[in-house]
Amino acid sequence: MSETWKALKPYALITPQTLVFLMFLVFPILMIGVVSFWEFNGYSMTPAFTLDNYQGILTDVTLKTYLNTFKFLGLTWLATLLIGYPVAYFLAFHVPKLEWQILLFLVCTIPFWTSNIIRMISWVPLLGREGLVNQGLMGIGLTQEPLQFLLFSDFAVVLGMVHLYIIFMIAPIFNSLMRIERSLVTAAEDLGASGFQTFREVILPLSAPGIAIGSIFIVTLIMGEFVTVRLMGGGQSASVGKLIQTQIGSLQYPLAAANAMVLLAVTMLIIISILRVLDIRKEL
Amino acid sequence: MAKFSRRQVMRTGLAAGAFLTATRCASAPKGTPNNPATGPEVNTNQSKDVTLRLIGTGVSQINDIRDKAQEDLGFKFDMRALSTEENNQIAITQPGQYDIFDGEYFSLPLVVPSGNLQPIDIKRITNYDQIVSFFRTGEFKGMPVEDSQGTAPFRVQYLTGPDSSEFSATPTDFATLIPFQYNADTLGYRPDLVGREIESWGELFNPEFRGKTSILDIPQIGIMDAAMVAEALGLMTFADKGNMTKAEIDQIIEILKEQKANGQFRAFWKTFDESVNLMNSGEVVLQSMWSPAVTAVQSQGTECIYAPLKEGYRGWGGGIGLSKNLEGIQLDAAYEYINWMLDGWVGAFLGRQGYYSAAPEAARKFMSAAEWDFWYEGQPAAEDIVDPFGKTLAKSGVVRDGGSFDERFGNIVCWNSTMEENTYLVQKWNEFIAS
Repeated sequence: MSETWKALKPYALITPQTLVFLMFLVFPILMIGVVSFWEFNGYSMTPAFTLDNYQGILTDVTLKTYLNTFKFLGLTWLATLLIGYPVAYFLAFHVPKLEWQILLFLVCTIPFWTSNIIRMISWVPLLGREGLVNQGLMGIGLTQEPLQFLLFSDFAVVLGMVHLYIIFMIAPIFNSLMRIERSLVTAAEDLGASGFQTFREVILPLSAPGIAIGSIFIVTLIMGEFVTVRLMGGGQSASVGKLIQTQIGSLQYPLAAANAMVLLAVTMLIIISILRVLDIRKEL
Repeated sequence: MAKFSRRQVMRTGLAAGAFLTATRCASAPKGTPNNPATGPEVNTNQSKDVTLRLIGTGVSQINDIRDKAQEDLGFKFDMRALSTEENNQIAITQPGQYDIFDGEYFSLPLVVPSGNLQPIDIKRITNYDQIVSFFRTGEFKGMPVEDSQGTAPFRVQYLTGPDSSEFSATPTDFATLIPFQYNADTLGYRPDLVGREIESWGELFNPEFRGKTSILDIPQIGIMDAAMVAEALGLMTFADKGNMTKAEIDQIIEILKEQKANGQFRAFWKTFDESVNLMNSGEVVLQSMWSPAVTAVQSQGTECIYAPLKEGYRGWGGGIGLSKNLEGIQLDAAYEYINWMLDGWVGAFLGRQGYYSAAPEAARKFMSAAEWDFWYEGQPAAEDIVDPFGKTLAKSGVVRDGGSFDERFGNIVCWNSTMEENTYLVQKWNEFIAS
């Protein structure tokens, strides 16, 4: 018995998760794929096989919307990396006690403690026309007129996303920095490496998997993002997620499904290219 | 950090999973809707056990109304407040989730063909003849509303037969919805920041307010506002605003894109709260608004006028429809609820928020003379006007924006609409947002 059981045990162990995956991830995605070929009118869908939905979305608008989404992605990725890495580095190397590290790490999650409504309302007194920032800038005489672009603009969208998602960059980088054997740093110093050399030759390569994982998080979150885009962009900015949401709101499920399939493919492509550059499994 | 062994974690996880499965799969207790109690039905007061599930938008799903209805009728209500879009989605795709649909007339061209509503037998509605004539016959004292464009309630009020899902142009005994509340929508503005009176829809595109205006980001409603503005400015004309052709949609979207590129809009809004927030903070000084949103701005102490405009109003109306799943005592209870709704208490409650009631004369019995004169007659408030939640909306002496019921309702020139080119409209609207 024990031999068979030993062979079967791993399968038994992965069965529950596999079932959950199949039922709640694979099956819904397959359904979306199927629906994307259906026909629809204002109020109902009929099973069919038509490519109209895909043809319908291959337009300038979709292309423009994708470019806009890539712009948000690029800017947010850069900002979260440039801000997130130093924060993670500080937490990992300059905060001596584990308790403090955990506490400060929790502080980074604060943006998640508020609901969308609260966030939407509270940005206005800060960035609005009469807001704190504008009053401050005008107060010290830097600007004469209130700056309109601070709120309800592409700038505001990126700001909102960085604010909300930076933790997804900090966490994996922090994790990989914590795994670095400290004696490696000591060894580098003993061999006469400067601070920058140590960083470039030892720490950065060893934390690369963290950066890659963080980037994957950012890509998946932002490619599908629509709430922040709508609230911070004041409804005037476009993203693929928002496009899909408008179609769902108007009961055009097959069109939305076709859009979702394209979005899924594009997102997968980006992630595959990240994994091409860096083999996360090997590095871990 | 405490150390967990892998085995421990797996064991706990599996146990939790098993526990959840066990509790989920256990059968529902007897007597609940999922598992009705079996046994001889000798209960004489069955309606006590009835629970009616309502879906509707936030403006109608109000706890005070539910509580009063439960008290007066003796059965239970379960209300769900949804956004306009979610409400339509559930009405069309999830017929099992509701007994009573409280939705807007303009959604009917989509909801009715789905076959999820059953026609309302007008013979069972006691106060039907007291409902404002426009909803019943399309007539209203010869005023402009009779020629209004779009999905006017009268056009989708009747069905051809008891099992039909086809609209009838003339009155029959089978109604789609019984009107619940309705209003005449227009532009709202901040008099302190605008500095003068706003009298035309055209002002929304006035460069004077560049970067300080807003419209709705719901294609079917936003397009109507845009059409009102374009017509007022003489930028274009429509054969029928309520049913635009592809060429007309192209043209109006071009106009909108140009305005957006010029930075005319500060933001677009999708929910009630957003419009209140935009106005209250002064980010926007002039925008298309829903009447209770104006009231909400006012109740926070900010001046806000709901402008009577010379081109007329954009109307909207919501009503109550019955799910096809209703039968037996559930159906009887639903009819009881409709009759209760038309009896006047609800009408008065809604009236105090600035909405109009389906049967104003019935509502009048439940309103004070001062309230009636202020809300319906357009006369100066004889005393402070207080809303149902205790907030003072108008000081004594103030007159309602736009005046009396006849002046406001009679001057509706278009209604929220579902057009034949709805799919194309949404596509072009996305183009506008992406521009």
